Amino acid sequence: MNNKQNPAHTPQVELPPEETPVSVYDLTVAYHRKPVIWDVSFEIPPGKLVGIVGPNGAGKSTLIKAIMGLIPKASGRVQIFGKPYQKNRHRVGYVPQRESVDWDFPVDALDVVTMGLYKEIGWCLPVRKKHRARAMEALERVGIADYAHRQISQLSGGQQQRTFLARALVQNADLYLMDEPFAAVDAATEKAIVQILQEMKQAGKTALVIHHDLQTVPEYFDYVILLNMRVIDHGLTAEVFTPENLQKTYGGRLTLLEEATETMRRREQSL
Amino acid sequence: MSGLEQWNWYLDGWIIVAGILCAVSSALLGNFLVLRKMSMLGDAITHAILPGLAAAFMISDSRSSLPMFLGAVIAGILTALFTEWIRGFGKVDEGAAMGVVFTSLFALGLVMIVQAADHVDLDPGCVLYGAIELTPLDTILIAGWEIPRVVVVLSIVLLINLLFVIFFLKELKLSSFDPALATTTGFNSTIIHYALMTLVAITAVASFETVGNILVVAMFIVPPAAAYMLTDRLGTMIVISAILATLAAATGHISAITVPRWFGYQSTSTAGMMAVAAGLLFAVAALFAPRHGIVVVLIRRQILAWKILAEDIIALMYRIEERNPQLKPDATYLREILFSQSVPTSLTLRYLTKHGQLSDSNGNYELTETGRDHARQLVRSHRLWEHYLVEHAGMSAENIHKQAEKLEHFTDRQLREKLNEDTIATDQDPHGRPIPPEEKTN
Repeated sequence: MNNKQNPAHTPQVELPPEETPVSVYDLTVAYHRKPVIWDVSFEIPPGKLVGIVGPNGAGKSTLIKAIMGLIPKASGRVQIFGKPYQKNRHRVGYVPQRESVDWDFPVDALDVVTMGLYKEIGWCLPVRKKHRARAMEALERVGIADYAHRQISQLSGGQQQRTFLARALVQNADLYLMDEPFAAVDAATEKAIVQILQEMKQAGKTALVIHHDLQTVPEYFDYVILLNMRVIDHGLTAEVFTPENLQKTYGGRLTLLEEATETMRRREQSL
Repeated sequence: MSGLEQWNWYLDGWIIVAGILCAVSSALLGNFLVLRKMSMLGDAITHAILPGLAAAFMISDSRSSLPMFLGAVIAGILTALFTEWIRGFGKVDEGAAMGVVFTSLFALGLVMIVQAADHVDLDPGCVLYGAIELTPLDTILIAGWEIPRVVVVLSIVLLINLLFVIFFLKELKLSSFDPALATTTGFNSTIIHYALMTLVAITAVASFETVGNILVVAMFIVPPAAAYMLTDRLGTMIVISAILATLAAATGHISAITVPRWFGYQSTSTAGMMAVAAGLLFAVAALFAPRHGIVVVLIRRQILAWKILAEDIIALMYRIEERNPQLKPDATYLREILFSQSVPTSLTLRYLTKHGQLSDSNGNYELTETGRDHARQLVRSHRLWEHYLVEHAGMSAENIHKQAEKLEHFTDRQLREKLNEDTIATDQDPHGRPIPPEEKTN
């Protein structure tokens, strides 16, 4: 079986590790011994918008969570700017998947954005006026300052997504991890998000974005990671976002591999 | 016989104070149990401290406080840990995991307490339901004042909980709302979780002499759950929950004395009545909450129904006028077309007449200028929508009337202008009737 994947299309200039926003080596994550992602390795270059695409259940969210150390790794290593996540987490901003948010929680949009500053404020200290002013600025930047005091369930899908984007913005990170920021947003919001991503890129920031709409991938992302349990391919969008690769990613769900893992799991359990 | 003639400010006062302290300190933490959807874990912990208490009784052979406290707090924290473990190992969901852990520990505690009761002065009933009525009898001297021991203990707990909530409000908010962000930004949400659980255990232990092991759950969950329905802001929610807890404690004790006497019984358990009062407050909140309250929703729906009926009537008048300007319909004529009930229809007609939209000449109605303006806009909305539905939503002309009939009531001028831009090419609806202009034409 061909275990070595990821043929490198572009001969990449070797970057020093502290300038590589994310590098993942042989990462495997399993739920109840069933691998969700398997032997995933990739590096992403700085200052790029990177899309992660793949079918449902391909392990896209799992990958992001594993990068942030939110779920345990079965094996492998993740580095953020050349250091373990814990050491460099102040350089990472995060936009959660909308399903994972409790929209009925008693907070308004401004509260949510302010949360991005808690790290900076520090333990036990209260949120001050200047923090709220900065949160307000971020809301203005994403164009929903008028809705700052709405409870979050009272916002439209697009406004909700913009709120979380504003929260990522105030974190003032170098690397942004976003779990489907384009889900359930209107066209105007989609445009606004793309605009902000571009601005981030111009400021030298990197964004790793889970994305569903294949049509817009070439337009939005410089770099793409095709994921279906393992990395099918990754590289410049122009080079790896090809019909053959998409076929490999979306068609035929790696049945042999799945079957083998399943047998392995059963055998281990019966021991 | 109200029962209050036996009221004794010293005795009853202290009982109420103890009740309030217990209820408020529980409610403060309860807010975060409710928001984290962990009410069950609160339940589990309060039940599972029982074996800890019992073990402490047996080992120390007395009711001295410190070993009891420690034993119970440890048992409480173990529950939180066990629950996590079972969930992790056994592929059991959290609810079931807690069910397993806390019923087993509770049963173990019960067995131990019944055993211990033979040796130690300990009444299982008192452990389960509390003995708040005995509060004033066990006092200690502080600065020359005789203060019930329970009140002293609960005051300390309240102070701790208050400080915890004030100083860690930001951290509690973040880790409850978005544990992922909390953890990734260095506010370890696991630590916050166990700090909260430890305080829940401590509060439960401190409360068990007052309201007992079972009813303390009501104090943890019910006031915050009611407050949750009443506000959209976390700070307000916490304050309201404390106010409701205070109310529940005070009315609980007073009604424990008075209510049973109305029916010729002796006074009943204050702790029980506190929980009942909390439940009633919750019911009131569920009925009258500003956004989702049952009564409020009903009233809002009724008002909307009347508004729609009123608009239907004047739109119908407009259409009648279109066809036959001489016809001045009466209530029966309108009702037959609208299939509306007689009482609401005549009430609405009276309302419309009073507000100058219709004029009434001996039961025959006619649109006034204002009424005609309003009606024209409604009919315009209706026909613009019909046009839009056929043109842009690909619906056939037969199916659109019902949709448009609904949409017309929720269409303002701005929306009409947008619709109009899309239908610029025509001034007729799909049925061939004219779309009236926005402004009156002379």
